[in-house]
Amino acid sequence: MVEVGGLGRTYGSDPPVEALRGVDLTIQRGDWVAIVGPSGSGKSTLLNVLGCLDRPTSGSFHIDGVDAGELSEDERATLRARKIGFIFQTFHLLGHHTALENVMLAEVYAGGERAGRRERALAALERVGIEQRRDFLPTKLSGGEQQRVAIARALVGSPTLLLCDEPTGNLDSVNTESVLSLFHELEKDGLTLVVITHDEEVAVHAKRIVRIVDGRLSEVTK
Amino acid sequence: MELRDLAAEAAAGLLARPARVGLTVLGTVIGIGALVATLGLSKTASNQIVGRFDAVAATDVVVSPVPGTQRSGGSVTNVIPWDAEARIKRLNGVAAAGTLADVDVRGELVRSVPINDPQGQTEVQLPVRAASPGLWRAVRAKLVAGRLPDIGHSARGNRVAVLGVNAARRIGITNLDQQPAIFIGDRLYQVIGLVGSVGRQPSLLGSLTIPNGTARKEFGLASPSSVQIETKIGAVELIVRQAPVALSPSDPSLLRVAAPPDPEKLRGNVQNDLNALFLLLGGVSLLVGALGIANVTLVSVLERVGEIGLRRALGAARRHIAAQFLIESTVMGLLGGIVGASLGVLVIVGVAASRTWTPVLDPWVPLAAPLAGALVGLLSGTYPSLRAAAMEPVEALRAGTT
Repeated sequence: MVEVGGLGRTYGSDPPVEALRGVDLTIQRGDWVAIVGPSGSGKSTLLNVLGCLDRPTSGSFHIDGVDAGELSEDERATLRARKIGFIFQTFHLLGHHTALENVMLAEVYAGGERAGRRERALAALERVGIEQRRDFLPTKLSGGEQQRVAIARALVGSPTLLLCDEPTGNLDSVNTESVLSLFHELEKDGLTLVVITHDEEVAVHAKRIVRIVDGRLSEVTK
Repeated sequence: MELRDLAAEAAAGLLARPARVGLTVLGTVIGIGALVATLGLSKTASNQIVGRFDAVAATDVVVSPVPGTQRSGGSVTNVIPWDAEARIKRLNGVAAAGTLADVDVRGELVRSVPINDPQGQTEVQLPVRAASPGLWRAVRAKLVAGRLPDIGHSARGNRVAVLGVNAARRIGITNLDQQPAIFIGDRLYQVIGLVGSVGRQPSLLGSLTIPNGTARKEFGLASPSSVQIETKIGAVELIVRQAPVALSPSDPSLLRVAAPPDPEKLRGNVQNDLNALFLLLGGVSLLVGALGIANVTLVSVLERVGEIGLRRALGAARRHIAAQFLIESTVMGLLGGIVGASLGVLVIVGVAASRTWTPVLDPWVPLAAPLAGALVGLLSGTYPSLRAAAMEPVEALRAGTT
């Protein structure tokens, strides 16, 4: 479903920084891939390239058979809106929007029907088990609750790929457990998950683990 | 992305910070308000000038010799001829005309009875003036009693006189039933008319007026001292040019003409004075308002870097980001325009009410003002919006936590 071949990403500073070098990675539908590695190793760069937020400088990148490297900026935005869900370490919820409004925001740029948007957002909140908090502002929610709202937002467009950048990085162990069990449910539902983490405890939950060191990727056999 | 979604997102962005939006809009409010008030007040004021347009004042032309030129080189030069009335009446655009002169009675007093009454004051010093028959129409005189002298009285030099009401009261004449006579010195004059009011030359009400011919014969009057003309409405400019030539063809520059200012020019002056000052004021406020919106929108963009990154991650294209901030700044300008236009109209009505004027405003002004405000907002928001759109999503996400 996601095929990356010989992927490189070089930042044009002086001297140039090679954040990714010749990365080959194939992710099947329904995979849960954990990406581990020390900080500065290129984990986030890979995730940004997979999420069409950043362009690779070399190599090929196909998502659902589409060559994402060839797409225009607008087409990549549409791809993000329709196929990719993001989950961030810092949640990135809009402070002046309620939980429900934050989830509804996911559909604004996807070009879907306005009708039923509220119902779909409510269903997503229900799926992550937080529908009773729908009218709360993010500041009134705990960290675990905020991350669940963010997950609900990522789920709303029925993405094929869920990209998570340190999703449990700001959570305590109880909330980490609940987020992980949610990920297991999503895996069961057939979603494809790519999770960046530096926490081995989190990584072991994944079906596959890949390690990036100095921009080079290697599969870790469990 | 649908327009409704875009509008909703922009509205949410504004509603999240109502106090800031209110303060930001203030500059535009003042600018637009000043512009609307200026346009309305100058319109109201100039309309007021037209409203006070006075047919008597606007058709009033007086021709008199330039001082110091009447007698030159020892020889008597009578600038205004005795037939001035006839000459002026021949001009197209003249409604009425007549000559007027002060008569030197050499200190003679005027009294109404031939006896000296030591108790009451029966002798008074009255100004005596000489007029041609047409003068009375030219000053819009209204008779209380009697009649006005005609060309015959003047030609024969008859001793007849017209009294103004004030003059009549002073010498004790209240009506003409007894065909009263008065003495100028020891010469007896018959009072044939009492003038109750005049539209021009109000001093006539306090004077005793005799025909031109009589003044020449009895007191050696040399020439009329002025010509009073009533023009047809709108003919003032024409008569001002033609009258001196008609009266003194050899040297029109010996005559000066007193005429009302051209109402068109008067209106223009008032408008120009007001406009120049207040339009400048409004323009400056508007500029300050525009800078305010630009500044706040830029601050808002920098504050919302994380939000911009998130929106990009959720699938927003650069133009969606630019459009959202542009709409936010444009709406701020529009709000300022609407509030400013309303305040401007209130100011116009308030000023008009306090002066008992009729408020006048071109209908396009309150409609165009909000549009002008929106334009200000749109222009102010251009740079911040482009900055927002230019942000790289990866860096925006890293920089901000919404």
